[in-house]
Amino acid sequence: MKYRYLKQNLWYSILLFLSIIVISFVFGIIIYLFVKGGPALSWEFISQKPSAGMREGGILPAILGTLYLIIGTVIIALPIGVFSAIYLNEYARKNRLTRIIRLSIINMSGVPSVVFGLFGLGFFVMFLKFGKSILSGSLTLGFLILPIIITASEEALKSVPDTYRNASFALGANKWQTVVRIVLPQALPGIITGSVIGIGRAAGETAPIIFTVVAFSQPNLPNSIFSQVMALPYHLYVLATQLPNAPEDMQWGTALVLLIMVLFFTVIGAAIRARARMRRKE
Amino acid sequence: MKKLRLKLRVVQNFLVGKFIFVNGIISIIILGLILTFLVYNSIRFFSSYPFFDFLFGTRWSPTVNEKFGFVPLLVGSLEVAFGGILIAIPLGVGVAIYIGELAPRFIREIFKPIIEVLATIPSVVIGFIGLKTIVPLVKNVFNLSIGLTALAGSITLAFMSLPTIISISEDAINAVPTRFRHASMALGATKWETTIRTVFPAASSGIMAAVMLGLGRVVGETMTVLMITGNSPRIVFSWLQPVRTITATIAAEMGETVQGGLHYSALFAIGLILFIMTFLINLIADRYVQRIRSI
Repeated sequence: MKYRYLKQNLWYSILLFLSIIVISFVFGIIIYLFVKGGPALSWEFISQKPSAGMREGGILPAILGTLYLIIGTVIIALPIGVFSAIYLNEYARKNRLTRIIRLSIINMSGVPSVVFGLFGLGFFVMFLKFGKSILSGSLTLGFLILPIIITASEEALKSVPDTYRNASFALGANKWQTVVRIVLPQALPGIITGSVIGIGRAAGETAPIIFTVVAFSQPNLPNSIFSQVMALPYHLYVLATQLPNAPEDMQWGTALVLLIMVLFFTVIGAAIRARARMRRKE
Repeated sequence: MKKLRLKLRVVQNFLVGKFIFVNGIISIIILGLILTFLVYNSIRFFSSYPFFDFLFGTRWSPTVNEKFGFVPLLVGSLEVAFGGILIAIPLGVGVAIYIGELAPRFIREIFKPIIEVLATIPSVVIGFIGLKTIVPLVKNVFNLSIGLTALAGSITLAFMSLPTIISISEDAINAVPTRFRHASMALGATKWETTIRTVFPAASSGIMAAVMLGLGRVVGETMTVLMITGNSPRIVFSWLQPVRTITATIAAEMGETVQGGLHYSALFAIGLILFIMTFLINLIADRYVQRIRSI
């Protein structure tokens, strides 16, 4: 009997130990980045253009390029994603087609990001002749994060009680009016959370933008949606592996800025979700 | 007048319904478009390069002598991916059992968001950290001349697949009905015996789904492997040598190709194969997911 409990305690300790390894790895990454990248951060670093063959100066064009891409991505992915979720939750019947749609969404989220890059190159850049541009990059990233936005929006729509819909129908509203005026406002926090998480994902993606938008070095700011831009993730890749003798502190600084940007969106998403949950409890 | 407005509303409702429907099937449309354009751009390659030389060719040297042998890339991808998943399974499933079954509530509430944060760290940042820490570590521990190896890639990818494996395994563990546990304990089993002999087998199909999805993630991961596996397209069966994966090949070589040329088309061809591979992995995973729901 004692032996069995001894065995239990042994296994508990092993599993606790494994969990602590994983958790400390996450903390390790973040702390290490702050420690190594922190000293490189300065107002000059985030507000100036690169100089001396990108070995000096700042990373402003890369930060702005990523911001432009994020804005473009949201403009494309948010409406399509929300409408798609409305279809699935409010309109779709339980039939074969719906099952196929759901399977497609799951499979789409499993498509490797580099394949999205190839698709963006083949379809937007070459076939539709948008060229390597913000437009092509945003469309590619927008398609990439669609599954995230659809899934989150559908969860949000699902959490709106049916009594709301029935009340609206009873007052003579049709389906569309009910969806727009009753259901959507209720589901908004969940939809925003999903979008913000999607944005964080889009901000950090590298492979899909290599062929569709980014330039190795483009210090000038873009003047239209058909311009190429620099972007933070690609800039980090270039500094770390493509540019000989790139200063260490610039590499770490760039990595830290990218991490802060992504974590910022994660925290905002989590905060909106937490607030919405608290309100619902009240 | 009133009648007209009512009619207008009916028409509007109808049109909106159609519009919403098109958005609803967008994921099918996009998957179709991806497949179409991968095939469309790889036609040139498949029509001019002998298929068997591609599938069983052992040399990938597109620029020197236009050899497009797929085997080195496949071996590289599988080596890195299986190495990664072998490291990730014990860690991921162990953590999932701990968080899902054994940990006190407050620890669970702390651990879960931290693991979610790991999922949001961009792959290029993880690759960068791996390049600065794991690569030199591998180099020193095994006394190699270069640390950019399949092993370094596997270790880094293992951590990247953890969030997927942990969260889905944990869902599967939570889906096991409490009455299973009660029945086991009533027969005199300890909590651990219940976990390992009752809960774990009941959750096993969900854990399989988690592993498959983790594998899909690892096979498709690009930036980390591009940065730390050394990018040498030779067939090696050792984890301590540089390799080149399918994904890294596409990302590294697309920039040097002539658009519309044979090399360009070849990269779309291996992209197509990668797409089919991950698609199949996801389908298998979905099979297992369906089984969780039917417990």
